[in-house]
Amino acid sequence: MDAPPIITLTAVFKQFGRFAALRGVNAEFAAGGLFAILGDNGAGKTTLLRVLAGLAQPTRGSVSILGTAELRSVRHELGYMAHPSLLYDEMSGAENLRYFGRLYGISNSTDAGMTAVGLDPTLTRPVAQYSQGMRQRLSLARALLNDPKVLLLDEPFSNVDARSAREMVALLAQMRSAGKTIFVVTHQASLLEGTADEFVWMEAGQITNRNRQLRAVETR
Amino acid sequence: MKRVFPILGLLTAVLLSYALYEALVAAPTEQTMGNVQRIFYYHVPSAWTAFLLFFINFVCSIQYLVRPNPVADKLTNWTVIAIAIAACIAAFVIRPLPEGMEPSSVATTGLAIAGLYFLIKKCFSQTRTDALAVVTAEVGVVFCTVVLVTGPLWARPVWGIWWTWDVRLTSTLVLWLIYISYLMLRRFSTSGQTPVLAAALAVFGALDVPLVYFSIWIFRTQHPQPVIGGGGSIDPRMLHVLLINWLAFLFFAGLVCWSRYRLEILQREVEETQALEAMLEPRSRR
Amino acid sequence: MSKSSAVPSGVTAATLAKDLRLEWRSKDALNSMLFFSLLVVVVFSFSFDPNAEESRQIAGGLVWVAFLFAAVVALNQTWARELRNHVLDAYRVSPAPANSLFMAKALGNFVFVVVLEVLMTPLFIMFYKLRALGPAWQLIPVAALGTWALVVNGTFFAAISLRTRSREIMLPLLLFPVSIPALLAMVNATTAILTGELSAKFWIVLLTTYDVVFTIACLLLFELVLNAE
Repeated sequence: MDAPPIITLTAVFKQFGRFAALRGVNAEFAAGGLFAILGDNGAGKTTLLRVLAGLAQPTRGSVSILGTAELRSVRHELGYMAHPSLLYDEMSGAENLRYFGRLYGISNSTDAGMTAVGLDPTLTRPVAQYSQGMRQRLSLARALLNDPKVLLLDEPFSNVDARSAREMVALLAQMRSAGKTIFVVTHQASLLEGTADEFVWMEAGQITNRNRQLRAVETR
Repeated sequence: MKRVFPILGLLTAVLLSYALYEALVAAPTEQTMGNVQRIFYYHVPSAWTAFLLFFINFVCSIQYLVRPNPVADKLTNWTVIAIAIAACIAAFVIRPLPEGMEPSSVATTGLAIAGLYFLIKKCFSQTRTDALAVVTAEVGVVFCTVVLVTGPLWARPVWGIWWTWDVRLTSTLVLWLIYISYLMLRRFSTSGQTPVLAAALAVFGALDVPLVYFSIWIFRTQHPQPVIGGGGSIDPRMLHVLLINWLAFLFFAGLVCWSRYRLEILQREVEETQALEAMLEPRSRR
Repeated sequence: MSKSSAVPSGVTAATLAKDLRLEWRSKDALNSMLFFSLLVVVVFSFSFDPNAEESRQIAGGLVWVAFLFAAVVALNQTWARELRNHVLDAYRVSPAPANSLFMAKALGNFVFVVVLEVLMTPLFIMFYKLRALGPAWQLIPVAALGTWALVVNGTFFAAISLRTRSREIMLPLLLFPVSIPALLAMVNATTAILTGELSAKFWIVLLTTYDVVFTIACLLLFELVLNAE
């Protein structure tokens, strides 16, 4: 890799009481890559993403994103999508995006953001009445609001039909071509085969394997 | 430490016995109240001890909150120094001082506050500061309970009422309530950052106390109330007994706090070791 | 689309507008709160049935206890919508300042509780045949300052309670002790104005001091509380 890494984790430990979710993660990730984070339940994938998003402070070790360990200063370059939708059920899709846009100082129209993920911007239904697939798409749209350099997606394809999932993968590939660095935690690694630049396998709070080929990383 | 503790315990026992003798036997009987007045030697030192312990908790809470932030830390350092200097100047410049305050005691208090602040800062790391906060809150609540029980016990036979809204009793009650809520927050919190939340609550509590004083002062100017405990001067022999009792209580409080502190530190060490084990050993695959 | 690293402005206004709009749309909480307020007034009237003279003496206390009940029920709802889909995470990840969120929530609660007070007051006046013998206009700053005192600390402690078990009971547990001076001030000021016997000036000064001190304290410490995991 010639470019400096965009994300560096140095000896990151994360403790929740007696449970060690991350046990000494050392890793560097280059800019402009699409990384698939895989592993069994409880391997620490979600915690890793939350640490990168600044939602969880490492018990030990440090994280550097875009050249700084002060994650607060690069919040405007991060996009985060989690398993809960992080949306207001009582508002429509456009209203949600408009509000969250204000949190980033964005007051432009949200139409483009919604069409980019395949949603109709004129929908006035509250999000509570969306299907799961639509909700995931809107959640992704929210993560993309501020045109972030780094995207952190936790299980974006869960409970989504195959067609929507493929469309989302195509969108992610587009984003990657536009220069974004994308991290996707998923149990459906096959969806990213051929698209992801690298597959990262986590086990018991550590990164145990990394490879460009999915086959080399999956142990079964 | 293992040798000092029993010696301190013995010393405390001696002091307490002596103080008890002084309070119940040697001290002169009060002329209007009779022997019931002797409860004063428990009521007042308990109050002073409780306030001191709560003040230490306040200092620990402030430190816990500002230490991680270098800017806030420096600012607080300078504020504490400023308070000490202001107290020294005010002691000798403001004339006349409110009743009961000597210039030397005001100045000493200011310096003592600063001294306590920097002493805790130097000797206690972040986790230990938090442990000290827990300890002083718990022991403080105990002493505060003593004040709230002895107060009515004293008031009833002497003044005929169980309670009155005077400054001391009311602020003691409010402090007691605040610190009970502090202990409940500690117990009920599920956060990993319980010390931060509790420290924030302690700061709120400390800000509240002067406001309680002010509010009761206004209340009493509008609705005159009986004064429990009497104001004014105190017989020097009684003052002597009072101070001996306070010394004995301080030793006792110190002993209990130290013991509780050791327990708290041990508990935290056990948790840390368990956490470390979980971190370093590979987990079994399910 | 320009993206600056500057802290976004207008977050408070946007959040407050969103909350008020959602509250108005659903009207669920609003309706139940209104009915609750009516119930409180009725129950109090059954419990205390004073004549006009006595009622002026005790109305101050009764009214504020009723407002306190209503405020606690409203405050417990402060973060309910944010909890549902972990929306607070979205807020924390964004560059929006924590204080903007706090002010928006506190102001929203303030509006909500004031609405309840405005609805409960005529009922109290009716049931207790209240008439202010002192300067009645002073009741407005007393009500405003008193409500803000409850709401600003209540919003803060509601955020602390998010990280505890028995969330709904922790809020009043934490709020009541710290609010004692303010409650004393509110009750005595109201009684002073109703009976016209004493001046409420000192109490208003106390309330103002309380409000200033604790608003500053909340603004300084809220970020720590929001980011407590």
